Amino acid sequence: MKLLDGMRRGRQGYLMSAPALALYLGLLVIPLGLTLVLSFNVFDYGSGIDSHAYTLDHYISLLGDSYFYEIFLRTFWISALTTLLCVLIGVPEAYVLSRMGAPWRSIFLILILTPLLISVVVRAFGWSLLLGADGLVNQTLQAFGGSPMKLLYTPFAVVIALVHVMLPFMIIPVWTSLQKLDPAAEQAAMSLGASQFTVIRKVVLPQIMPGVLSGTLIVFGLAASSFAIPGLLGGRRLKMVATLIYDQYLSELNWPMGAAIAIALLLLNLLIMLSWNRMIEGRYKKSLG
Amino acid sequence: MAFVQLENLSKRYGDIDAVVATNLAVEKGEFVSLLGPSGCGKTTTLQMIAGFVDVSSGRIVLDGRDITHAKPASRGLGVVFQSYALFPHMTVRDNVAFGLRMRKVPGGELQQRVDRVLKLVRLDRHAERYPRELSGGQRQRVALARALVIEPPVLLLDEPLSNLDANLREEMQFEIRRIQREVGITTLMVTHDQSEALSISDRVVVMQAGRITQIDTPYTLYEHPRTTFISGFVGKANLLPGERDSAGVVQACQPGQGELTLSLRPEKIDLCAVGAGRLQGTIASRFFLGSQWLYGVSTSLGALCVVRRNDGSAPMTEGTAVGLDWDPALLRVLSVDEVPA
Amino acid sequence: MSRNGPFALLFHALVVVFMLAPLVVVCLVAFTPENTLSLPTTEFSLRWFRAVFERADFVDAFYNSLALAFCAASLATLIAVPAALAITRLEFPGRDFFNGLFLSPIIIPHLVLGVALLRLFALMGVNGNFTWLIFAHVLVITPYVLRLVLASAIGLDRSAEQAAQSLGAGRFTLFRQITLPMILPGVAGGWLLAFINSFDEVTLSIFVTSPATQTLPVRMYVYATESIDPMMAAVSALVIALTALTMILLDRIYGLDRVLVGKQ
Repeated sequence: MKLLDGMRRGRQGYLMSAPALALYLGLLVIPLGLTLVLSFNVFDYGSGIDSHAYTLDHYISLLGDSYFYEIFLRTFWISALTTLLCVLIGVPEAYVLSRMGAPWRSIFLILILTPLLISVVVRAFGWSLLLGADGLVNQTLQAFGGSPMKLLYTPFAVVIALVHVMLPFMIIPVWTSLQKLDPAAEQAAMSLGASQFTVIRKVVLPQIMPGVLSGTLIVFGLAASSFAIPGLLGGRRLKMVATLIYDQYLSELNWPMGAAIAIALLLLNLLIMLSWNRMIEGRYKKSLG
Repeated sequence: MAFVQLENLSKRYGDIDAVVATNLAVEKGEFVSLLGPSGCGKTTTLQMIAGFVDVSSGRIVLDGRDITHAKPASRGLGVVFQSYALFPHMTVRDNVAFGLRMRKVPGGELQQRVDRVLKLVRLDRHAERYPRELSGGQRQRVALARALVIEPPVLLLDEPLSNLDANLREEMQFEIRRIQREVGITTLMVTHDQSEALSISDRVVVMQAGRITQIDTPYTLYEHPRTTFISGFVGKANLLPGERDSAGVVQACQPGQGELTLSLRPEKIDLCAVGAGRLQGTIASRFFLGSQWLYGVSTSLGALCVVRRNDGSAPMTEGTAVGLDWDPALLRVLSVDEVPA
Repeated sequence: MSRNGPFALLFHALVVVFMLAPLVVVCLVAFTPENTLSLPTTEFSLRWFRAVFERADFVDAFYNSLALAFCAASLATLIAVPAALAITRLEFPGRDFFNGLFLSPIIIPHLVLGVALLRLFALMGVNGNFTWLIFAHVLVITPYVLRLVLASAIGLDRSAEQAAQSLGAGRFTLFRQITLPMILPGVAGGWLLAFINSFDEVTLSIFVTSPATQTLPVRMYVYATESIDPMMAAVSALVIALTALTMILLDRIYGLDRVLVGKQ
């Protein structure tokens, strides 16, 4: 049998991948499976989790209860807004960067992307310093005679911090797409009479679309499941899906409910990513290979 | 028994025959080139000899020993790769010494042998440099030294000069030949460059579509190509229709009259005055090649290629009517291509 | 040499300010001599840094994070290198699936992974165990090592390995003396990147740490939800400094721009 034959000859490959496979099966596949099962378990505030009884209650309340619906909706529109802002800021920025000469290009690239390597807690805290009631923005406003604004613990603060954290994730795929462009194509367009603006619109933009769309996928997914930022900048009343799950697991101790929400988040994430991906592949496969 | 013997060697990838029933006998100390267009199987053959590609069927015998299924590490052959394949993290000296270290050659002897071979390839003053600090030609010589220092029975060269520019290539061709002669090592070289194969080999093996189509010394191969493809691949050829006359001598004739295909080399045709010679024509184009002039001449037998030495006199101009003449003994009969071109 | 107009450069400057503002502010506030969050206007004081080192819980959390990141990065590298070599040069059924699987934690929210592992560890009775925390981190940081080692292995000159084989090198010698040195930038860079990511990780860690194994980011998060004072800024500044150091190392070994956006 061809498959078994291939497997036998690929012995060494399996051997070398075995440790990784063991880790992933044990700590990825199994826990996710357990969580899925958990989401169907019964929970009672008095006696806790009953792992031998199963129910659809959690999913039903997830779909029916307006409390959950509100939070999912809020998470959705905050993530969508974040994604939109990242596109509006990130794409032009990546383009500007790509038109810089060395060494500025590398320097700014590093400056803009290295916040990625700094813990999100630090970055969120930095924004709370800026946006707090006594924060820098308000202090500046007051210095100019204005009155302080409530910036912290509002959707505004969450969106700003999310954009700050997610922007690199938009810039990187767009940058990669830009690198693949043939600069001679832009020059050819200009030699044929196109203005800079037309060149961007008709030559550059269509070619970097896959990068842009891939960036939107990543940003949306990360924003929707973001925890530390809504936790630190959203406050007790501005809940998003992530903080909701945290509450269920660590305050309410209703793990099955938390599991149901987590599974719902995961499925929605995967669904959106796969369908978006399919759409990108469909539209751009023919023209860009 | 030849020193290196390939017996019915073949390689099959799925439905594709890369090498088909190849037989070759290489004598000790010989320099043999495998020549052919890309995809003809010459590199696959070399890689089978080196042990990097499994043999589908057939045998490889080295000095009486069957090495068909031996691991590359145990064959002990010297291999020079097209990209040189130097170890970038080691100096020239360490690169060259690597094979000796694998053989656990003691320190003193190791350094002596490395020094000797570096002198042979004229890199003794660059021993402490890293590959990235060397030019293409120097890297090539390191690769050669590394393969030679282990004193292998056979040296395998895979398109060793294709990455060098034209001037350097010529210089390196003579270097390789000089070194090979000095060391006396049996050498097998793969190349697609016919002038390279002709200039330095003892014998040339022409391959096409996985098969050997002709094995001869360079001179014989050039003067007596067997097929239409070979006559065009090795040098330029004018293809003429031909027939045997009443005396049995082969002569060129008008198209449609003979069943033979003849090959006539451009340098074997003389240009003479209009009206003289056996064929009339008009100069249609000319190209200056430095030491020669290449003329395209329209004739009743088709467009012919004529090469004339540049002796300093004024060349012919386009449109001039000329006569062409040649010695019929220099006409070569070509057999039909046995393999698809 | 820039082909950008003044408008574009202004926009760019604003973006850079936006990206760096929170970090700069944090570093400045860390030096304030005041009791409240303010910029150091009169002098630069180290009092809040001293305060950090006097807090046993923060110091412990720092050492926890350091040890965790070191162990997790090393283990992740040990797992990723053979897997990357297998994927790039061996043929076996399911190879592409393995490739996708091993890179997948990047697209799974750490939040979901966190609760999933919480469930597993609770069932196994090992919640709060440091070793299992290491494994959890290995899971999320392995893709980072894998990505860099894959890139190095793919760009490797295979003929150099063939040359070594033809000269008599056995399998282990080949790996140790030829393959490993040639993929070393990818391996070392991957280790460093994994280290940083483990050190920074908070979302998953919140669910699988206990008070004894609490990591620095988790400690900082909990502290920040309760009170906001300059000491938090001081800790943050220290974290930024540590990250900057690792980034310099990463740049030396692999090239920071290559790590962030891939080969040019």
